[in-house]
Amino acid sequence: MTLTPEASAPGKLTDLFQLGLDAPICLTWELTYACNLSCVHCLSSSGRRDPAELTTDECKQVIDTLERMQVFYVNIGGGEPTVRSDFWELVDYATAHHVGVKFSTNGVKITSEVAARLAASDYVDVQISLDGATAAVNDAVRGAGSYATAMRAMENLYSAGFRGFKLSVVMTRQNIPQLDAFKAIADRFGAQLRLTRLRPSGRGADVWHDLHPTAEQQRELYDWLVAHGEQVLTGDSFFHLSAYGSALPGLNLCGAGRVVCLIDPVGDVYACPFAIHENFLAGNIRHPGGFETVWRSSSLFASLRAPDTGGACRSCGFYDSCRGGCMAAKFFTGLPLDGPDPECVQGYGAAALAAAPTSTPRPSVDHSHRKVPVTIGRRRPPDRSCDENPLAGLAERH
Amino acid sequence: MSTDPPGTFDIDRPWQVDPRVSLRPEPFGALLYHFGTRRLSFLKNQRVLAVVRSLADHPSARAACAAAGVTEAELPAYTRALSALADSKMISERRAA
Repeated sequence: MTLTPEASAPGKLTDLFQLGLDAPICLTWELTYACNLSCVHCLSSSGRRDPAELTTDECKQVIDTLERMQVFYVNIGGGEPTVRSDFWELVDYATAHHVGVKFSTNGVKITSEVAARLAASDYVDVQISLDGATAAVNDAVRGAGSYATAMRAMENLYSAGFRGFKLSVVMTRQNIPQLDAFKAIADRFGAQLRLTRLRPSGRGADVWHDLHPTAEQQRELYDWLVAHGEQVLTGDSFFHLSAYGSALPGLNLCGAGRVVCLIDPVGDVYACPFAIHENFLAGNIRHPGGFETVWRSSSLFASLRAPDTGGACRSCGFYDSCRGGCMAAKFFTGLPLDGPDPECVQGYGAAALAAAPTSTPRPSVDHSHRKVPVTIGRRRPPDRSCDENPLAGLAERH
Repeated sequence: MSTDPPGTFDIDRPWQVDPRVSLRPEPFGALLYHFGTRRLSFLKNQRVLAVVRSLADHPSARAACAAAGVTEAELPAYTRALSALADSKMISERRAA
């Protein structure tokens, strides 16, 4: 998911965005909690459909509102959005109403017929998720067979003549050594590489400590991003790395509630896709006034648009570069929102984490499949040789 | 769509907001989003917005500037702004049908 557009305008624009806009530039819209996969780091704890998900007509009303507000495009995600039976109908409705669509998919429905159709539109962009440049690294996180599914989808898009679709990778300790290999895969399929930050959100909270990059890897990633410049997209998600030195391309600003937000499958509006928690819930589009009223009148969004104080970071010489980092990353690791990011490159995050409470906030909603999720790395042996309880081992998880 | 290489903005030619660009007025000027390049840009005041919006109504970009009250002294700055918009494909040259 992209948090902010890959903006080309630096400088003063950031200051204007800081105080919020009358309408989002873009927003993330998760159409369903249903998913064929069970990725260990899923931001939205997706798996099973929620019976209260927005109907086709309600979705079209949302699109009408976005058209009126002149929201440029929506980043559609989920769950796996393409499993909704009305998915293509909604994509067509959005583009016919001048709302561009970029959707994230694991590729499960991207057949050659679908690819041909997508290649024909300027107003639809596709983002294929892949978290390992090899099946071993990818499938450990996203599940068995998911690498093959994504590669087939990219092959279909490439064969259909779709150029410049996105290959979207969440950076982890396991895949940072594969940066060049990801670039090679993107190049092979005429795609653009998009790297984003692992957040401790949703099920990601359970695996963050094992998956997030080491300090050395963060430096390696920063240098790689600087070397590749605007060829590689980041959803502007690595602005905390700007405290290494020069800023990365794009908006170096947390856009939550200011220029972006999230609409979830049941119509709840959150400040950002990484903050599905009641503390960041601004309202619901089913309430009177709909999305427009939530965006313009929510007290939560008003507070996010107030000038930053910087808190504990104010005295740090790098504050103007990183602006304290990611709100969601702090929240779900138990850190105060006005202090350092847990991955602060100046080292303040590690110290803060050591002092943080051991119980961290849990996501407010969980639609995970009722089964043992994929485990990272090697599966551990049964707790006891006679253990038959399907939940065995789960108690040991964080 | 203009296929000219960067740096070829000619203020005496006819221009238009590219058909694939959406322009959204804002209190500070406007935001522009190009659906082909998927890039965002912005206009930083109301006068440059007036110029850009009226490009299609004038025989040249120079005429659009004049109609919006841009003086000779201000013209170099507006030329630079329009040139940057042309480089990023936000505006494109109108071709005879």
